[in-house]
Order: sequence, then C-alpha cells, then structure tokens
Amino acid sequence: MEKILEMKDVRKDFDGLGVLSGVSLSVEKGEVVSIIGSSGSGKSTLLRCATMLEKISSGSIIYKGRKMAWTDETGKVIYAPKAELAQIRSYFGLVFQNFNLFPHMTVLKNITAAPISVMKMPKAQAEEEAMTLLEKMGLADKAGEYPCRLSGGQQQRVSIARALICKPEILFFDEPTSALDPELTSGILKVIKDLAAEKMTMVIVTHEMNFARDVSDRIIFISDGLISAEGTPEVLFGNTENERLKHFLSSFYGETERR
Amino acid sequence: MSISTMVRLLLSGMGMTAIIFFVTLILSLPLGMGVAFCRMSKNPVLRGITKVYISIMRGTPLMLQLLVVRYGPYFLFRAKLSDAYDIYAVLIAFVINYAAYFAEIYRGGIESIPQGQYEAAQLLGFGKSRTFTMIILPQVIKRVLPSVTNETITLVKDTSLAFTIGVIEMFTRAKQIAAAETSMLPYIFAGILYYIFNYAVAFGMEKAEKAFGYYEVK
Ligand SMILES: Nc1ncnc2c1ncn2[C@@H]1O[C@H](COP(=O)(O)OP(=O)(O)OP(=O)(O)O)[C@@H](O)[C@H]1O
Ligand SMILES: [Mg+2]
Repeated sequence: MEKILEMKDVRKDFDGLGVLSGVSLSVEKGEVVSIIGSSGSGKSTLLRCATMLEKISSGSIIYKGRKMAWTDETGKVIYAPKAELAQIRSYFGLVFQNFNLFPHMTVLKNITAAPISVMKMPKAQAEEEAMTLLEKMGLADKAGEYPCRLSGGQQQRVSIARALICKPEILFFDEPTSALDPELTSGILKVIKDLAAEKMTMVIVTHEMNFARDVSDRIIFISDGLISAEGTPEVLFGNTENERLKHFLSSFYGETERR
Repeated sequence: MSISTMVRLLLSGMGMTAIIFFVTLILSLPLGMGVAFCRMSKNPVLRGITKVYISIMRGTPLMLQLLVVRYGPYFLFRAKLSDAYDIYAVLIAFVINYAAYFAEIYRGGIESIPQGQYEAAQLLGFGKSRTFTMIILPQVIKRVLPSVTNETITLVKDTSLAFTIGVIEMFTRAKQIAAAETSMLPYIFAGILYYIFNYAVAFGMEKAEKAFGYYEVK
C-alpha cells in the first residue's frame, strides 16, 4: 500500500505552550481516518500543521515520499524549497468548518478559479469539470448564484467541490458539519460517505460519533496533543482500558442522549 | 455685472476646482494603497514613520498643510519659488493629505477581511499577489466604497481651501466678484455649483456601489 501522508513526532507549540506533543500519523491510499477528541485537544492544529497553515515546531511531514518539512540535527525545522512546497501542496485539500467560500465569486467561479489561474487548466475544461462536480452534489442549478444566497449545507458542498476539482490525493475535513443546522448535517455526511465509497483518501475531524464509526477505517483519539488511542471503529469503541477515551465517549453519548 | 457674466466667471474658476479635484483623486487613490501597505508593513521603522505621517495629516488642518507646502521651502531653505509653484503646492498638499485618509480607509477594509479567506486561497495554491488581486482586493473595494464616497465629497468642498495661497478657483472668483459688486449673489451661485458638482460625484459613486452590490457581505 502506498503511503500518502506520513507525520512523524510532530510537535507544535504556540509561544511555548505545547499543543501537539509528538504526534505520529500515517495515512495510506484510500484510507479514511477520523480524528476525535475533546475541545482544545489539538485536532484542528494537527490538520493545520498537515496543510501548512501552521508551521510545526519539530518533527517531519512527508507526502507521497516527498519531504515537506523535517527537523535537522540542531533541532531546527526546515521546510522544502518554495517550488517543491507548491507541488506538495497540490497533493492535499482542506474543507473548513465555516466553508470560507469567496463571497464575490459565483459558485462556478469559486470552483474554477484555482484550476484556471493556478493549475492553468483551460477555462472550458474547468467549467465542465465543475459542472460535473456540482451535479454530483445536486447543485447544478446553483452554478450562477453567489454563496450568500445558499444555505450552509449547500455552501459546504460547494467548498467540497472546490477542493475536489484540484484532484487532491488526500482531503482533510475540519468539523465539516459543526457550523450547520442539524437537518443539514446528513447531506454533507452523505457526500463524504460517497467519497469514501470512491476510495478517496480522507482525514476527518468530527464530533459525529456514529458517522465516524460508519465511515472510518481507523479512528484516532487525541487527548492533550497526543494520540491516546487508535484503531478500527470496533476496537476503539470497544476499548475499555483507556480511561480518557472512556470518559470522552461516555460524556459524548451522555450528551446526545440528553438532547 | 450681468448674471450671465457672473456665472461665466465662476465657471472659469470651476475649471481649476475640477483640476484640483481630479488630480487629487487620481493620484491619492492609488498612493493611499501604497501608504496602507507601509502602515501594515512588517518593518517597524517603515510602519512607525507611516503612522506618524498619517497622524500629522489627519491631526492638523489642511489649510495649514497648504501653507507649509507653499511657504515652507522658502522659510526652510530660502528657496525662491515663483507663483507658478502655487498650483503645484496645492496639488502636493491635497494629494499627500488625501492619500493619508484613503490609506486608513483601505487599511480598515483590508483588516476586515476574515483570515479564512487567506487560508482558503493558500490551500488552493494562490500565491500572495494573486490572493490579493483576485480574492482580497475586490472584497476590500466593496467594503470601502461608502467611506471613499464620503471622502470624495469632502474633497469637492476642500478644493475651496486653495484660495488661501492665491490659486484662483471657483471660491476665489466668488469672493472677488462679491467684493467688486457688493453682492451675495456670487456666493449663492458658487454654492449651487458646488452642490451640482457634488451631486454628480455622489451619483457616480452610487453607480459604483451598485456595480459592487451583486453580492452581500456578512
Ligand atoms: N494560533 C494560536 N495561538 C495560540 N494558541 C492556539 C492557537 N491555535 C490554537 N491554539 C490553542 O491550541 C489548543 C488546541 O486548539 P485546537 O483548535 O487544535 O483544538 P481542537 O481540538 O480543534 O478543538 P475544537 O474541538 O474546539 O475545535 C487550544 O488550547 C487553543 O487555545
Ligand atoms: Mg477544532
């Protein structure tokens, strides 16, 4: 199996405050990995380090055998040269919790802007591919709309299409349904499940436990910036040894029951 | 003096008013963007200098700035400048003053764009300059247009300050005629002409705001 992502002993601190304290994570082609953990445990930070939105404090990150960042003998973190980073960047996409669509562009333009001006794809081809993606998302009739006229669920589907058109090798999701009304959540989860069925490699930070159990090949439980437990959904949800995990899961299910 | 002569004289002054207005606008709008970048620069020296410059421009009367630009060279360096310098002094003072105001408007606009827009652009592979021109700037323009309109209307009225250093624009003309004819009429006509000028400016800016109204900002 081909390794898409390999993070080794990644540490991240903000002004001396350790947020990631040595996380190692590798993801193989076609694998779906969910990341769970309580608020503030470092899940978003992990994704942000993997996608170069934050610089790591030490450790290494490798995509498809190409080094993005590593630590030299003196402990200094080195990032690959700009041109190499630009190529590595094209391996991954990120779907944000709050979509971050470009408000001044139509849905179609949001999706085609990067392929046309960054990847130099011909406009006609980009638009055709964008329309195919929009059809898949059930949004073909919204191509000419501006994001402000769409529901949260529709905006999130557009942002997934925007990431997909760049044909990433791996797609990261940071709580893709947390900003949505509950009735819109299932639509997005369905889109992600469809992607999983197509063998898209994905890393998903989520608070939707049932979804994580359904869709994941592997679940990772993060606690205080460390991987505290990991395994297949059966193994992880059946784990009774790890007190923190037990506490997290029980508080979680307790909460949903109360709702 | 007949009313038509009076209006003709005022209109000849209006030519100078229009020159001051358009030259100031055309130069200070882009210059303000440069100043805004300096104000937000990572370099603390550049940032500090720009901050002081902006605060002086905003904290002292434009009339005083006009006098300094016109007569400063003489008092400082004994530089003899001919009367032809008058109009340049006016333009220099107006441009550096308005660039400071526009810079603060732009800075407010740029800083109001959510960080997520930069992050989304970075993830999609847009470089720094493309991110600014394709994603940030169009949103900034929409956000700053109302403030730019206000400033532009103030500029129309400020052009009358040129009279302090003897540049003959519409207001100077009105004063001359009023003195010669001992009449209020020239001021009233001048007021009407300023009003029409501003009406046209407001109309144009409203069109621009409409052109950017195709989406809403949240
Ligand atoms: N830019 C930053 N500067 C300083 N501290 C930060 C920064 N970003 C995150 N942190 C801190 O890092 C810790 C982990 O944050 P992170 O956002 O990764 O948590 P999370 O697991 O995603 O939580 P949530 O489930 O609430 O999204 C928090 O204590 C947070 O305050
Ligand atoms: Mg988070």
